[in-house]
Parts: sequence; structure tokens; C-alpha cells
Amino acid sequence: MKKFINNVDDFLKESLNGFGKAHSDIIKVNFEPNFISRKTKTKEGKVSLISGGGSGHEPMHGGFVGHGMLDAACPGFVFSAPTPDQMQAAAEHVDSGAGVLFIVKNYSGDIMNFQMGAEMYSGKNDSIITNDDVAVEDSTFTTGRRGVAATVLVEKIVGSLAENGGSLEECKKLGEKVNKNSGTMGVAFTSCTVPAAGKPTFDIGNDEMEFGVGIHGEPGRKREKIQPSKTIVNNMLEAILDDLKPQKNEKTLLFINGMGGTPLTELYLVYDDACEILKSKGIEITRSLVGNYCTSLEMQGASITLLKCDEEILKNWDAPVHTAAMRWGM
Amino acid sequence: MSVNFLISQAKNIQIVIDENAAEIEALDQNIGDGDHIFNVQRGLKLVVELEKDIKNLTLQKGLNMIAMKVLSGIGGSSGALFGTFFMSMAKTPDLDGNIDFNKACEMVITGINAMKERGKADVGEKTMMDVLIPVSEKLNELKSGNTDMNEGLSEIIKIAEDRMLATKDMLATKGRASFLGERAKGHIDPGARSSQLIIDTICKSLLNK
Repeated sequence: MKKFINNVDDFLKESLNGFGKAHSDIIKVNFEPNFISRKTKTKEGKVSLISGGGSGHEPMHGGFVGHGMLDAACPGFVFSAPTPDQMQAAAEHVDSGAGVLFIVKNYSGDIMNFQMGAEMYSGKNDSIITNDDVAVEDSTFTTGRRGVAATVLVEKIVGSLAENGGSLEECKKLGEKVNKNSGTMGVAFTSCTVPAAGKPTFDIGNDEMEFGVGIHGEPGRKREKIQPSKTIVNNMLEAILDDLKPQKNEKTLLFINGMGGTPLTELYLVYDDACEILKSKGIEITRSLVGNYCTSLEMQGASITLLKCDEEILKNWDAPVHTAAMRWGM
Repeated sequence: MSVNFLISQAKNIQIVIDENAAEIEALDQNIGDGDHIFNVQRGLKLVVELEKDIKNLTLQKGLNMIAMKVLSGIGGSSGALFGTFFMSMAKTPDLDGNIDFNKACEMVITGINAMKERGKADVGEKTMMDVLIPVSEKLNELKSGNTDMNEGLSEIIKIAEDRMLATKDMLATKGRASFLGERAKGHIDPGARSSQLIIDTICKSLLNK
């Protein structure tokens, strides 16, 4: 394992320390229990948005704390859900009386810990669960689909509504709409190494890729030989379009997300391929996001998220945001 | 059952889990993401370290301290589930008196029921509940029947092992492995394996007394 580490046990703490120092103009890192909050207090009447999950997906979620997005983020150990006391402490810290909306990715550990945190928090609260990953079949009898990169879009769009006075109910409703309107498919070329494990999570051949990979390096739909980008992108989009079934000329946001180890040069190449394929299918791309937003440590690979946009979604996407990882309009 | 009993069991379990850590990690890397063993090891270490703080406490207070430590110190599914287990055990009525075998059974049954509720998983879904639920059912039988305790413990050891092995051919419908579909088949569930080792250790230590 080659990583910037002093001591494996201090990995998270030291990284959070650095994050706090680097972005002290926007956020504050609180320890024991760990959570990242905005530097300023939540204004009265504004619904607070709290997300969280295992670490290793940076900038998600800490990098999305700030104006127009989250009020707090609870980081767990690398790839392990955070604990209920973190969510409780974060909620008590940020809630200004308008209530708390927890944004949770659909993974069993996250669901259980956020549920317990919500039960322990005495204030008004509700939750939305993201499950945009089309690689996994959805079913009410199972854990269902994973919550992955579209969580970023949910946090941005709902964050804007909350900033502009949306109620807890309205924020939840919009978040659920964004989640329902988006589909994500991921591909990995290499594995990632969890610091505590010290070795790669899975073995993968030099000429292989994992199609439908999750954000922890957990396996996806199938293992395949690597192919030209156009073919890979086409297969990814087909899986998404099969699920989303957009109308002809429907407006969409195209989000190419890096897994951490793939350079931006390649992500833009993927964007180009995706644009061409979507154009040929008569799907209009009206907004774009390209970069490393929902990562899996140093994994090479990318995910594509397509979001069907209506006016409400577009308006809230365009609204000003100022966080460590996303900033525009202010 | 007493706080000292819990601590001494945690120490025994820690040794066994450490001995089998590589195997559990490998199982998790096959069908999960490899964090399960680290979570279990972290939890056991935290409980063992609690000894000086809880050794003179009542059972109920000791269990609550363990529950909060496990809940806030582990994370992942294991933290929530085992935290729930201890928290619910502490809620069993009448923990002030002597805790005999029947009462201990009742506590464990209460704890496992709460885990089942929290995780919304039942038998046949390729999780730790595949081991824990049948064990809980057997404890319920033992509690109300006239079976000899040693005989009962031997049966529980056998049930835990059989049910752990049975997860190998299951499709996962809950938890991280559920995302794999058919590909999860052929691998024992890491949570089932760690739970079986924990039960095996406790039962064997009671049998050797």
C-alpha cells in the first residue's frame, strides 16, 4: 500500500483536520463525535440538511457543506457508515427550529445508523433515501438499489430549495423527485485500497473492467474485457436509459463522475462520447457536471448519471452555491 | 450473567476473532467491501477496554455502557446491530437479581429480536441473522423446556455452524451482498461467520466450566 499515511488509526482524524484548516472560511470540523458543519449558524426558519456516510468518497459529503447545499455532514470510518451519535450531535448543532432532513444513501449500514440517529434526535426530522444505481435490480423484498452519485445532485438541488425557505415537506418531495428522475451506472478499471486493510479490495486483471461497480469497490453486474470508451459509454447509457425512459427532447443534466483515480482528461472524453450518443437518441443535455465528486478512494473508473430536469430542478440547480467542492453564482 | 462475565467473554471472543480475521476479511472481500472484520475487531477492543469503567456497575448499567460504546465506536451495519443487541438486552425486565440460565436466554432472545427488527432481515437472506435467529429460537426452547443445559449448548453450537455454512448457497437479499445477485452464491456470509464464531466461543466456554 502506497498512501500518505502517518498512522492508520489517525487517518480519518488527520484528514478531517486538514479539511477544516483548508476550508476554514466555509466550514468547521467538530470532533467526538465527528461532524462537519457550516461556519455560520443556520438562519431561522431554514430547514437543515444533513448527510453522511463512510469516508473515502470525498468530496462527498463534507465538501458539500456550505451555502446552498448541506448544513452538516457526518463522516464514518473509511467505507463504514457513521454512528447515530454523530447524526444526533450534528442535528442538535444545526437545527434552527425548522427541522432536519437527513439525506441517506441506500446502504444497509447507513440506513440503520441514520434511523437510530433520527430516533435519538428529539427535534422534527425526516429522511430521504437515494437509490439511483441502475446496476442493481430494484425490489421491495431486498435492500434494493444503491445510492450513489445522484446523491450529489439531490444535495445541491434540495440545498437550494432549503436555502430559499422550502419547508421540510417540500424539501423531501423535491429530493425524492430528483432521486426518481436520475439513474447512475459505474465502471471500474482498478480496485481501491482501504487503509485499514492495506491491500486492494478486489483483484482485477490488467485488461478487465467491472461493469456496474458500487462506490466501495463492491462488485457490479459483470466482469468484462476492457473496450473502447465509446462502447463502454454506450453500454452504460443503455442501462440508464432502459431504466429512466426519457421522452424525446426531454431536458437532462449529464454528470460524469470520476471514481478518484481517473484523470479529468478521460472524464471529458467520456462526456464527449456520452453527448454524441445521447444526441443520436434525441435527448437534450441542458446542464453538465464533470469531475470527481463521489469517489471510491483511488479507484480508476467513472460513473455516468443522467437526471431528467423540469423547471423546478433546473432553477434549483442553477441557484448559487458555495461549498469546498462546488461553487458558482456567488 | 454479570458484567465480569461479559468482559471475560469479550476477551475470549477477541482471541478467536483475531485468529480468524484473515478468513472473515477474505469472505467479505468476495461479496462485500471488506470492512466487517475491522468493525468487529474495533468493537471488541472497545468493549475490552471498558473493563475498568464498568466492572463494578450493575448488569443493566454495564450493558448500557457497552451498548453506547459499540453504537458510537464501530459504525457500519455491525455497529448499529450489535449496539441494538446490547441496548435491548439491558431493557430485559428484572435484571437486578441473580441472572440464571433462563434469564440469560431471555436477554439474548430479546437482543436478537431487536436486531431482527432493526436490520429488517429474516432467515434465508444471507446475513448474520441466518445464524442468530435459529440460535434465538433454540434458546427459547431451552428456556421453557427441561433439556440439560450442556446438551442444549452443544445443540446451539451445531445449529450455529450448520446455519453459517448454509449461507454459502444462498442468494443475498439484504445487506451489501444483495447487490451481487447470483454472484453472491458460493460464498459464506462474513457476518454469519463472525456471529457463529462468537456463539461458538461463548457456548464452549460455558461447557468447559
